[in-house]
Amino acid sequence: MAELTTTAPHAVRSAPRRRRWFRRNDIGPLEYSRKIWVQLFVGATFLMLYAPIITLVAYSFNDSRRNVVWKGFTFKYYIKAWNNDGLFEAFMNSITIAFMSTVISTILGAMVALLLWRFRFPGKAAYEGFMALPIVIPEICMGVAMLVFFARIGWPSGMPWPLNLSAITIAHIAFSFPFVAVVVRARMSGFNRELEEASKDLGASEWQTFWNVVFPFMKPGIVAGALLAFTLSLDDFVITFFTSGPDTVTFPVKVYSMVRFSVTPEVNAASTLLIVITVIATLFAMKFQAPDKGSAH
Amino acid sequence: MESWKTNRAVFWVLSLPGSFWLGFFFLTPLALIWILSFGEKTGIITIDITWTLENYIRALEPVYLEVVWKSIWISVLATVLCLALAYPMAFAISFAPGRWKPLLLMAVMLPFWINLLIRTYALIAVLRTRGYVNFTLEWFWEKADAVLTFIGLEQLELIGARFEPLPILYNNFAVIFGLVYVFMPFMVLPLYANIEKLDKSFLEASLDLGAGHWRTLRSVVVPLTMPGIVSGIILVFIPCLGSFLTPDLLGGTNAQMIGNVIERQFKAANDWPFGSALSFLLMYATFGALAIRSVLSGRQSGMEI
Repeated sequence: MAELTTTAPHAVRSAPRRRRWFRRNDIGPLEYSRKIWVQLFVGATFLMLYAPIITLVAYSFNDSRRNVVWKGFTFKYYIKAWNNDGLFEAFMNSITIAFMSTVISTILGAMVALLLWRFRFPGKAAYEGFMALPIVIPEICMGVAMLVFFARIGWPSGMPWPLNLSAITIAHIAFSFPFVAVVVRARMSGFNRELEEASKDLGASEWQTFWNVVFPFMKPGIVAGALLAFTLSLDDFVITFFTSGPDTVTFPVKVYSMVRFSVTPEVNAASTLLIVITVIATLFAMKFQAPDKGSAH
Repeated sequence: MESWKTNRAVFWVLSLPGSFWLGFFFLTPLALIWILSFGEKTGIITIDITWTLENYIRALEPVYLEVVWKSIWISVLATVLCLALAYPMAFAISFAPGRWKPLLLMAVMLPFWINLLIRTYALIAVLRTRGYVNFTLEWFWEKADAVLTFIGLEQLELIGARFEPLPILYNNFAVIFGLVYVFMPFMVLPLYANIEKLDKSFLEASLDLGAGHWRTLRSVVVPLTMPGIVSGIILVFIPCLGSFLTPDLLGGTNAQMIGNVIERQFKAANDWPFGSALSFLLMYATFGALAIRSVLSGRQSGMEI
């Protein structure tokens, strides 16, 4: 009833205009999400966002090379993609790089987050600014910088697998660990420092306090950061494009070279697989990241 | 927060690995191309560092100024379209029932996590001449043609003798569409954060005092959510300006942006000093945009992206 008093004038004004023959509560002036044109707009925007992806996934099961007419359900393009050596190797390279990059960037990022959370030191604002640089500079600039860097210092090429992926992995770590640091730092800002003091008062050493008090609190942030680093590495095309060589092709780089010539259902199939992997990783990351503490930005 | 002097050992253990990685594998490469941008190409792979400004002056040649100008208007247009789509989205989400909000937000964010290349590839399949958009249009055309034939107007050829597919791929339209498609989540998030914080009683007050919904939006909601709008505009504009993949795959031969010119200098044209100069100009533009953002939204910390 309290709501009615504030909304009464509008309710009265809109009452005669109501032409609905089915029973429905009046829409309050601030209930925008119940207005039909808002719903249509949101629906249309989601359609724009999802229609291309859904068609891509759907047509990976389409039994037709022409790709437009639906000819029936098939898994054959998944088998073809699996048997396509170039595509398979690129996929394995991507996964390997993502795993290596995730492990190292999670450790580095968590340490930086702890440093920024715990200490104040001269030049801290500048340090944070430099740490944020890999997040903000255009990918293309970082890509060409990496290309020049590895060419100039004479980074050995032609090493056995997986060492030949080291240049790409190093570049991926360089742009991933600041993201991990942001996520873990956001988590740590919700930590109650008194817990740490209590632990020390009760006789725990610095090390014991860290592992038994601080680290358990950090863990969801670390998991979220690690999953973020994993998707960032799997997703990256531009920087990898500049650091990869002819025998170190990752999945996005492979797809790029295939797309330049034609659109084939094998690419749809492999893309669908990658979408499934990233979506699962992202959903896990969101689950681990408490909704009230920090976000991706 | 304690001073670093209270526990030097822990401080150094925590700070060294990250600082090393950032310094050696990120800042050193950047410094390298910064130095290269003052160099001169003397052979196929030899570059002399002569501290010349030639490369920066060359960026002012009409050919490149045209590319810069084009990159700017394409990015501006894409940003404006993003704002036009994202504002109502963010508004609707923040007024949605509580249990719907996280779901809707996640639905907006999810495409953003999917590989950029895959999303761009998906757009190619939708927009190309034999893609789904033209396929749908052709279907409508056939139905309309059948109706016209049925009522005996087929001789007039009101909708053309045969279906002409719309050329919507490999041109500027496709690039702008692709940029909007790819970067819209960047716009929704800051807008949502701001609209969500907005005290809804302001809106009620405005409506009670007789303003209509549009007037309330214009005079109350938009001014109060200005920081979110500025953040969103800059978060979308920066990646648009530096985009490489979208214009490369969706644009035609003349839909080149700065990113594509930089790529060409490092691959096909093999002119590293000039490419480095262009990269740094792009970076300065990025920093300029970020500075504007921090002035307008009054944030200081570098880590609060």
